[in-house]
Amino acid sequence: MKKINKNSLNGFINYGIVIAAFVILQAAIGMGRLSNSLQSLLVPACCYIVMAVSLNLTVGILGELSLGHAGFMSLGAFSGIVASILLQDLVPMAPLRLALSMVVGAAAGALGGVIVGVPVLRLQGDYLAIVTLAFGQIIKNIIMVLYVGVDENGFHMAASSDHFNLSADGTAIIKGPMGAVGVTKLASFTAGFILILITLVVVQNLVNSRSGRAIMALRDNRIAAESVGINVTKYKLMAFVTSAALAGAAGTLFGLNYSSTVASKFDFNTSILVLVFVVLGGLGSIRGSIIAAALLYVLPELLRSFDIAEYRMLIYAIVLILVMLATNNEQFTALMGRVGGWFKAAGKRIAGWLKSLGRTESKGKGGTTNG
Amino acid sequence: MKKKTLAAMLMAGAMCFGLLAGCSSNGGQTSNPPASDAGTQESQPANQGGGFDVVTIKVGGIGPITGDLAQYGTATQWGAQIAVDEINALNGPIRLEYDFQDDTGVTDTAVSAYNKLKDWGAQVIYGCTTTAPCVAVAAETFADRYFQLTPSASSPDVTSGKDNAFQMCFTDPGQGTAAAEYLKSTGLGSKIGVIYNNGDAYSTGIADAFIAKAKEIGLDVVATQTYPDDKTTDYTVQLTACKDAGADLVFLPIYYTPASLILAQAKQMDYAPTFFGGDGMDGMLDMDGFNKSLAEGLLLMTPFNAAGTDERTKTFVETYQAAHNILPNQFAADGYDCMYAIYEACCQLDGIADMDHEQLCDALITLFTGGDFSVDGLTGTSMKWLESGEVSKAPVVVKVVDGVYVTQ
Repeated sequence: MKKINKNSLNGFINYGIVIAAFVILQAAIGMGRLSNSLQSLLVPACCYIVMAVSLNLTVGILGELSLGHAGFMSLGAFSGIVASILLQDLVPMAPLRLALSMVVGAAAGALGGVIVGVPVLRLQGDYLAIVTLAFGQIIKNIIMVLYVGVDENGFHMAASSDHFNLSADGTAIIKGPMGAVGVTKLASFTAGFILILITLVVVQNLVNSRSGRAIMALRDNRIAAESVGINVTKYKLMAFVTSAALAGAAGTLFGLNYSSTVASKFDFNTSILVLVFVVLGGLGSIRGSIIAAALLYVLPELLRSFDIAEYRMLIYAIVLILVMLATNNEQFTALMGRVGGWFKAAGKRIAGWLKSLGRTESKGKGGTTNG
Repeated sequence: MKKKTLAAMLMAGAMCFGLLAGCSSNGGQTSNPPASDAGTQESQPANQGGGFDVVTIKVGGIGPITGDLAQYGTATQWGAQIAVDEINALNGPIRLEYDFQDDTGVTDTAVSAYNKLKDWGAQVIYGCTTTAPCVAVAAETFADRYFQLTPSASSPDVTSGKDNAFQMCFTDPGQGTAAAEYLKSTGLGSKIGVIYNNGDAYSTGIADAFIAKAKEIGLDVVATQTYPDDKTTDYTVQLTACKDAGADLVFLPIYYTPASLILAQAKQMDYAPTFFGGDGMDGMLDMDGFNKSLAEGLLLMTPFNAAGTDERTKTFVETYQAAHNILPNQFAADGYDCMYAIYEACCQLDGIADMDHEQLCDALITLFTGGDFSVDGLTGTSMKWLESGEVSKAPVVVKVVDGVYVTQ
């Protein structure tokens, strides 16, 4: 048997964690042990996990700072909402409609990624950060004045309410600053779970492929990578667009989880929030992103349960700073490394024990056949 | 090297983010005692009333008490708290238990806050303060069958298609239409300029309806100017456009923070039209460091006048000022009225003790839309509700004279 390499093992552990979390949470819901407030956090938490993992591809794996990730989420959310309403009559089955909307959202995100990426990825470092920052703002401001609707004459789109001549019995889907209202909620925890799995498959396979190694080579030393013939723009674009597409799909899921969504939700703060998840989870660590996004998204809501509810956002900020200090503290990382070492040693021992168990069994079997 | 810089940048960014989040939460909260606690304690030992069974209705409030919009959320929170305290002090058969959850003015947080209140056992939902979260929460309460009354979420989207959602404030289009009609009937301003925030649902809602109505009844709108968000600090472009178009009245359907800057900048450029605002202007006179002479002659439509002389308004203003050291605005007054509306409605229901939230919701809807139910409050007398969930009360225009409101 081919030996499983370390990277794919890591990948399988990530799938395992996500599946285990899903099964445990579903069981808790089934037994009625999960409160309403926690249940309502499941879908957005899934969205933020996907956002964090996809941003990690840009920031951690590709090594370029992107400050406009919420812009792609916004593109995905609003295009997905429009798609879901347009498909309402054509596709009556809700999960299928959600899936199709998510594909549209991902395509919109990817398109945005290409538009931003092609001119900008030729630049390096700070320039990309600045342009993505501007991109996020531009998307926000465009959607804020965008009016989209559908009536018997077809599809209408306008940049101001004066030019938006929707007939009286038409449906307005996006109404400028009011955002999208009256959205049918399609998102479910299962859909979020599947989206996380898809994200993991895409990102982990990309990272472990030839292309992924080229991307990481660009991150570590661009000149050296170029000198061995790696096409810089192509590989940068590959990572960036993949990341944008996944953010778009996450945005669709997010948009279809609420009956109203406004463009101002996807502002600079949201981009930074996702970046905080990525950085605190560890740049380049997929598992770190998943765990950090899940915990840090749920934390401010959990803090409501205590008497200190008034100070929950303050406490949240302090927790962020503490996590940051801890993960950058050598003694702490050494301690965590040691804890990890114990687990590894224990795992090895169990594996060895299983192996020896298997050996004795087969030996025993061999004995009986011989006899 | 590069990685290090990147890490440093990210850390700095995260820190700023943390600080911002911390500051806003701190600013909104340090000056008040935890309101929700006071409410619950009040209602617990209240059973000494007498020979009737005391029914406690759990009212769950939602609004932003941290973040950019905290000033509005805290006003609705505190205003309602005063009403709850008064109601519970009556020692009547109905008591209110009140919990208020923060939604930071954001849709998804508002839905989480609502679910938190559901876990707490809320029977009636009071909120949200701002429009977009309220639309999302109203969809949830509609599906779960909770009665919802919002003090200040003014978009028609909040109530449309939902029989369980009711408003205490005017709707945005209603206010825009009323403003246009008022200008037509009083003949103030021959040429009208409009400056509004096209990134805000409230502002755009009023402005669109105002412009449409103005066209219909023959008002001359000579300039329509927009700005993208309330963090804008320079309005000279918009003011110059109004001035050049010869507008002698400028309609400002915006919140008071940007409006105060507009007034100051108009003064600097020697442009002195009549300014006319919506209920979002209420609160401007109490802004820290605001020069009240700038607002002299300002007209605004507000349902509540803190300088009112009736006994109830006086008591409310005194209590509010004693507790929080600022004058209450219309958000607080709307909040106060919401609680009384819920209370008075509950008093009229039979067998309320055995009702779960679904039955209570249906009973309250029947009562509110029945036509016989009306409430007297700080923001209007004998307020009634239409089937659509809209409130019907008379709009009041006030003028700022010597730094106080004078009803027109």
